[in-house]
Amino acid sequence: MSENETQETIEATSKEVEELAEKIPASSNGATNGKTTKEDWTSDQIVRWCPGCGDYSILTAMQLALPELNTRPEKTVFISGIGCAARFPYYMETYGIHGIHGRAPAIATGLAIARPDLDIWVIGGDGDMLSIGGNHLIHALRRNVKIKILLFNNQIYGLTKGQYSPTSEVGKITKSTPLGSLDEPFNPISIALGAQASFVARTHDMNRAHMQKTFKQAFEHEGGAFVEIYQNCNVFNDGIFDGVLKKDRREEMLIQLEDGKPITFGANGERGVAMTNQGKLEVVDAAGNEDRLLIHEAGRHNPTLAFALSQIARGPFEPTPVGIFRQVRREEYSDGIQKQLDYAQKSKGEGKLEELFNSRSTWEVK
Amino acid sequence: MTDTITNEKAAKAKEAEKTNGTSSKEQKPEELSRLVIRFAGDSGDGMQLTGTQFTSTSAFMGNDLATFPDFPAEIRAPAGTVHGVSAFQVQISDHDITTPGEDPSVLVAMNPAALQSELHRIPKGGTLIVNEDTFDERNLEKAGFTKNPLEDSTLDDFTVFKVPMTSLTKEVCKDKGVKPRDAERSKNFFALGLISWLYSRSIDSTLEWIEKQFAGKEMIINANTAAFKAGHAFGETAEMFDARYDVPSAKLPPGTYTNITGNTALSWGLLAASEKSKLPLFLGSYPITPASDILHELSSKKHFGVKTLQAEDEIAAICAALGASYGGHIGVTTTSGPGVALKAETTGLATSLELPLVIVDVQRGGPSTGLPTKTEATDLLLAYFGRHGESPLPIVAPYSPSDCFLIAFEAVRIALKYRTPTILLSDAYLANGSEPWLLPEASDLPDINIEFATDYNHEHEDGRKDFWPYIRDPETLARDWAVPGTHGLMHRIGGLEKEDKSGNISYDPHNHEAMTHIRADKIEGIAKDIPGIWVNTAEGDIGGTQFISNAAKSQEREVSKEKHYNSDHPRLLVLGWGSTWGAISSAVRKVRREGVAIDYAHLTHLCPFPADLGEILSRYDEIIIPEVNMGQLAFLIRAKYLINVRSISKVQAQPYVASELKQIFMDAVAGKLPDDEIINVNPNLSNRSFS
Ligand code: SF4
Repeated sequence: MSENETQETIEATSKEVEELAEKIPASSNGATNGKTTKEDWTSDQIVRWCPGCGDYSILTAMQLALPELNTRPEKTVFISGIGCAARFPYYMETYGIHGIHGRAPAIATGLAIARPDLDIWVIGGDGDMLSIGGNHLIHALRRNVKIKILLFNNQIYGLTKGQYSPTSEVGKITKSTPLGSLDEPFNPISIALGAQASFVARTHDMNRAHMQKTFKQAFEHEGGAFVEIYQNCNVFNDGIFDGVLKKDRREEMLIQLEDGKPITFGANGERGVAMTNQGKLEVVDAAGNEDRLLIHEAGRHNPTLAFALSQIARGPFEPTPVGIFRQVRREEYSDGIQKQLDYAQKSKGEGKLEELFNSRSTWEVK
Repeated sequence: MTDTITNEKAAKAKEAEKTNGTSSKEQKPEELSRLVIRFAGDSGDGMQLTGTQFTSTSAFMGNDLATFPDFPAEIRAPAGTVHGVSAFQVQISDHDITTPGEDPSVLVAMNPAALQSELHRIPKGGTLIVNEDTFDERNLEKAGFTKNPLEDSTLDDFTVFKVPMTSLTKEVCKDKGVKPRDAERSKNFFALGLISWLYSRSIDSTLEWIEKQFAGKEMIINANTAAFKAGHAFGETAEMFDARYDVPSAKLPPGTYTNITGNTALSWGLLAASEKSKLPLFLGSYPITPASDILHELSSKKHFGVKTLQAEDEIAAICAALGASYGGHIGVTTTSGPGVALKAETTGLATSLELPLVIVDVQRGGPSTGLPTKTEATDLLLAYFGRHGESPLPIVAPYSPSDCFLIAFEAVRIALKYRTPTILLSDAYLANGSEPWLLPEASDLPDINIEFATDYNHEHEDGRKDFWPYIRDPETLARDWAVPGTHGLMHRIGGLEKEDKSGNISYDPHNHEAMTHIRADKIEGIAKDIPGIWVNTAEGDIGGTQFISNAAKSQEREVSKEKHYNSDHPRLLVLGWGSTWGAISSAVRKVRREGVAIDYAHLTHLCPFPADLGEILSRYDEIIIPEVNMGQLAFLIRAKYLINVRSISKVQAQPYVASELKQIFMDAVAGKLPDDEIINVNPNLSNRSFS
């Protein structure tokens, strides 16, 4: 099936939904068919995160980003696992499932295959997606299922009251690690790249505009997307990202990735990322190294440089890239499934029960 | 009797093969009413294929039949050892039968290991057809024989035919351009040809099948055809077989039949339910023996619009199915016991979300990896209780391979109508076993009418309209189901406890209690929507249901319940569930033939039980429950109805055979059963009592 035909199938499904929509009376609840506003995406539930939690600004950014996108509340589904972040769907006036720990990407995979007409977002924290649900995360990414995965990384378990997480730094002192944690932390961006994700980006809860922009880019990417969001847990891990996110540090510590441009940062772009002749990436002074500076290309199919970039900071205390690390075109999973269905129907004809029953050797008893 | 083959005879066989297998000798076959053959060889010897093809031919010829493939878990255990022996048993008959039989009268043994591991199953006087070529020192030693049993008195009680199958096969393949090593692989077709002659099977259907099965592989077609014809000709000309036999066709109800395994029937039942509900089918599955064939079958049916996902693990498989259900598809996941354990948490989520989901458990020997290719019915209590919290769900179980079709259809119907995960308990015996299936008319299958919510169902005090996901149908208690994409009905559901009706998160203690009861009542209420218990009496059936009536075959007479219980009815009832049906009904018939009256009831719905089960059970003085576990249904019946029952147990990861049950039933009638809580059919195992 050509891409046009795929599009037609998707449009046909959406058309049925539209037809269905016309049967339903418009009301004060949910947007009518015009342009939506933030209110249309906001549910009537009281938001119950701790005051000051970074999750609030992510929620606002999402509710502000969605009206700008070519989608509608009834077409949108938020699916989450368990954890503080996983309460997110309750606060969105969309369809949603608050699932079980770690399994959101797997639930979303089934829904995305069944219903390619929907816009599906997956929300989870670092424990949810990288510990108990790590397997589902990497498989959803390798399949390139059309789901937009937002990982709220706060480097701690919040809901269970402060144990170290798979992104906590080595030596983390918590109730479960009184002498410090021993486990080397995961780098979520490196994991996503290793799983061959077709869209990998990082943003943070201190910059609403950057979050909105990143969500839009993830939404518009034709395939699965992975976005890591640095999120402050002010109760159990306050200030863990201060090294790069404190207002006065951002300019010198955040490397804004811009496609097609040399990678520089600092107030006046005085620093940059260059490659050594051993093929390693290093942070250098831009002056004098102009011709060595790496040109960022998110569309490189080979993920090697994107991976090296994801590893340039050992933690949120060294210059840290934000923005899109990688964005490549790969066949979206439900497209592939639909093509196989169409091929089977074309070559075998639409399945009929009578034919099925008689498809094996049969015999008559008189 | 032992016979030996001379080179002269072998040459004659080859001569006959050249004349295209036409008979030179007239011999009128003796009629048999039934025949049980066991094919056994090394895992690589193609015994499953041989047995299956013998079965197909017999099906074509109108026999009733039942099969039992019995193979090791290892794909290729060390060749020549007893661990690697793969067997296929088939019973063919001129009357309706319900089991693959016991006491095979013929064993085809392709090597010493097959003889070693299978001989104990063959009653004295049985026929052994052995591949003599393999009885060399090395193979004998690997099989654990110290002496060649073909040469001493070990087999004196049997009729033994020693046939050099390997060398004869090689010989006929010589001028076919096939390398000797490849030619050797066709020896199972030699065996099939020989057996086909001996039991007067049509040869054309097998020859056609070879052409189709190996299309494009000329060399293999030639070799297999030559070997098959040579085996057939050998029977005719070797003058070692005094008689040949025929099993006339059975008197099955008229119609079109196909030979079907449980896993295929189950897959087709799901496809039929999809068509009749007009909802697309989604299968999330992870490969596991003995359920994988359902994944294979449905993956090959994409033209029915079925979407299949081979997930990264068992948990993802059920989660994806649940996600698809949320989107308005029929979400199904297929697995075996270990997978059911892994899926428990998501099953619990589905009971809380109240979304339809079908979980197929093709049971196998456990615990843990247990005996992955062997049958057992030990997951009933897992299905009942294997989740945290109060999370009841409906459970159904097919009684025969072809019944898997209707039960899969039924599982989908219940899941959709009641928005509930539903467990279907099949087992390895049903999954791989086959029997003739009278094809249904697609138009006769009932529609499954499911309506999604398209409108608001709640009005707030201020006049604002809303969709509340936990408003229910007062009759079924099924909640309103709005699928994503429906304008205006956006809502969130989750695993946290929900407020009645609105579905909002609620920590209110009384609400939690009310919701717990509502979920339980919903499942219990399904009893009103399922047929009453099927009871088979000597005169006919009481309350025959669509799930059992096909099984009753020749016994379709309806008996009035009042009349039966007001008369001097039997005091002993055998109660069964699942795949024990074949062996129990066969044993019950044997008992009745001896003039002893007993009744027999069989359950296809395990949760909830049929509404009249308690009342029916109360009519009997003694209830016997044979199970391929340690009394799991008996445990439930005792707990629910506060009556005592006799629990009969067999946990050898093998199905019951009718004779062992017949003995139990006779002992029960005579008052000779021990008083133990669990009575084992294996007399070498002491019976257990927990009291
Ligand atoms: S515990 Fe931390 S992450 Fe969770 S809501 Fe509170 S501040 Fe936010």
